[in-house]
Amino acid sequence: MNAASSVDAAVGAITIYVPRDSTALALGANEVVAAIVAEAEKRSQPIKLVRNGSRGMFWLEPLVEVATAAGRIGYGPVEPEDVAGLFDAGFLGGGAHRLALGLVAEIPYLKKQERLTFARVGVTDPLSLDDYLAHEGYAGLQRALAMAGAEIVQEVLDSGLRGRGGAAFPTGIKWKTVAATSAAQKYIVCNADEGDSGTFSDRMVMEDDPFMLIEGMTIAALAVGATQGYIYVRSEYPHAIAALDQAVSTANRRQYLGENILGSGHSFHLEVRKGAGAYICGEETALLESLEGKRGVVRAKPPLPAIEGLFGKPTVINNVISLASVPIILARGAAFYKNYGMGRSLGTLPMQLAGNIKYGGLVEKAFGVTLRELLLDFGGGTVSGRPIRAVQVGGPLGPYLPESLLDTKLDYEAMAAVGGMLGHGGIVVFDDSVDMASQARYAMHFCAIESCGKCTPCRIGSTRGVEVIDKIVAGQVQQIHLLRDLCDTMINGSLCAMGSMTPLPVLSALDHFPEDFGDGAADRAA
Amino acid sequence: MQAVQHSQVPKVIPEQAVDLDLVRSIIQQYKTLPGAMLPVLHAIQDAIGYVPASAVPLIADELNLSRAEVHGVISFYHHFRQQPAGRHIVQICRAEACQAVGSEVLAAHAKAALGCDFHGTSSDGQFTLEPVYCLGLCASGPNMQIDDDLHARVSSEKFNRLVQAKRGAR
Repeated sequence: MNAASSVDAAVGAITIYVPRDSTALALGANEVVAAIVAEAEKRSQPIKLVRNGSRGMFWLEPLVEVATAAGRIGYGPVEPEDVAGLFDAGFLGGGAHRLALGLVAEIPYLKKQERLTFARVGVTDPLSLDDYLAHEGYAGLQRALAMAGAEIVQEVLDSGLRGRGGAAFPTGIKWKTVAATSAAQKYIVCNADEGDSGTFSDRMVMEDDPFMLIEGMTIAALAVGATQGYIYVRSEYPHAIAALDQAVSTANRRQYLGENILGSGHSFHLEVRKGAGAYICGEETALLESLEGKRGVVRAKPPLPAIEGLFGKPTVINNVISLASVPIILARGAAFYKNYGMGRSLGTLPMQLAGNIKYGGLVEKAFGVTLRELLLDFGGGTVSGRPIRAVQVGGPLGPYLPESLLDTKLDYEAMAAVGGMLGHGGIVVFDDSVDMASQARYAMHFCAIESCGKCTPCRIGSTRGVEVIDKIVAGQVQQIHLLRDLCDTMINGSLCAMGSMTPLPVLSALDHFPEDFGDGAADRAA
Repeated sequence: MQAVQHSQVPKVIPEQAVDLDLVRSIIQQYKTLPGAMLPVLHAIQDAIGYVPASAVPLIADELNLSRAEVHGVISFYHHFRQQPAGRHIVQICRAEACQAVGSEVLAAHAKAALGCDFHGTSSDGQFTLEPVYCLGLCASGPNMQIDDDLHARVSSEKFNRLVQAKRGAR
């Protein structure tokens, strides 16, 4: 709960920031806030408490920041028991203490990043529209309001922005199709149900800078002529839903949403919808079915959602980071954005270091950084201190990469060249204690739980996959041939990415870690 | 105030004691939304703790669908429950990032400590244990949620402490 969003704004009050991001809450941020408030009252020290977002350096959470003349000074990770000592050490003036981190903006992990989409995240109060406006918020919309729809679409096309959800389809092309399709009603849908393990950038956007997503969707609406939008958020993210609800209502009240936005004559209505714990609803057509009130079963394409989407109407459906990237593209121009990145992977990607990693968190960099740089320079290796053995990039459908592939650059094409995928930018690290046969089994098991059931290769294949892996592990190594056959059927016969990509983690485990599946001799003979 | 709105703290109401007038008023409140089914089901579960069988014909009637369609939706989504749960919901993340830092050990400990498997309820009716596939705290696992509260870096000892605190609270 976000009690005490601002405690006391008395004259001379010192501003203290304590994040309201889920991870900070899970690590005790509210207890730290209670301790700070109690201690300040005891000492009659006026303070102004801001619940900011997280900077994404999760090993430092709860990270308490104090505004000083020199800038924001950080202390962390802070526990409630540390608070009295921090006051004693004069932390309100930036005093020295065991937990002192100096100027937060100068912490190398943060300083080495290229934060475009995440520039405000952790800095501002996510629910304050004024704070958002003071930090370049709605500059993109202001510019878009003076442009024709086709010009906005062109700007997004020129930026080179590709969908950040996995398929990497150019966002501008999608918009162009919707813009060119005539209909009485068009929709903007934000896919905020991408529940890939190891990814938390969507959650951070929604909790820590929700107006950015709202602004991106509003610009999309202007570009294609839509008047209604939905944000479909996973039910596993209650704090994100609460933050979005509050931000949407503020935007409505201040005329950034609703009828006649800022007096422009344009209207855009936005509603937050709660998902219901089905991983498949991260697939765009299943999500649309779910929004329509049905089971989240995938649709065959064509027709494309851009032509026949939600309720059969032309629909822009984009993922959170794609839409959240739009405001800065409009504010600073396509040329500014595409100056970052390499090849056909332009701009920046917020990457997420997760799993067994010492310094886990969010790293936004231009495309082209290598996995090794991320895992060692930023991540500091494993938290267990043991060697890295496998890295899964791109969520549960992404392959497991061995140590020998860590010099791969993170851009769409370079990853594809080694059989990898970038997906959502989630990177999950495993040390040498991992059993890759059991990870392969888990991939099949997860598919069996989460398959929508529409196509047979995915529905039945995943259950058979679990059984075959169990036999292999029990010593029937010749069954590896059968497993490869089954994977081939799933890849080529499934309707969507769930069935056709579940084999990627399975096959990569077989290819790179055969010793975990018995002796591996049968496989090498294949 | 906004946090309470999406509360998933379950209420233990047996099927025969369900207030059908409450269910009817919830359906009335949401039925005009386009694609009203999920909002209706969420509101019923938030109010009652699960979606009782007696609600199905009422929803079908008001949304002009067959009972089979309504049942099909309820049973498709992991979030919706067709029976009352225990007094507290304990969700343990079983996805890859948490596995990489020992969530399977935590899950085994939770099963032993609560004396039930996933989807089961402890014999005293206090805790229902559920798997969850990613809470979005992947840099600080293993993670779990008890009712509305998230907890990161959960060891077996921390699990015992958190469960004990919930027990003591009632």
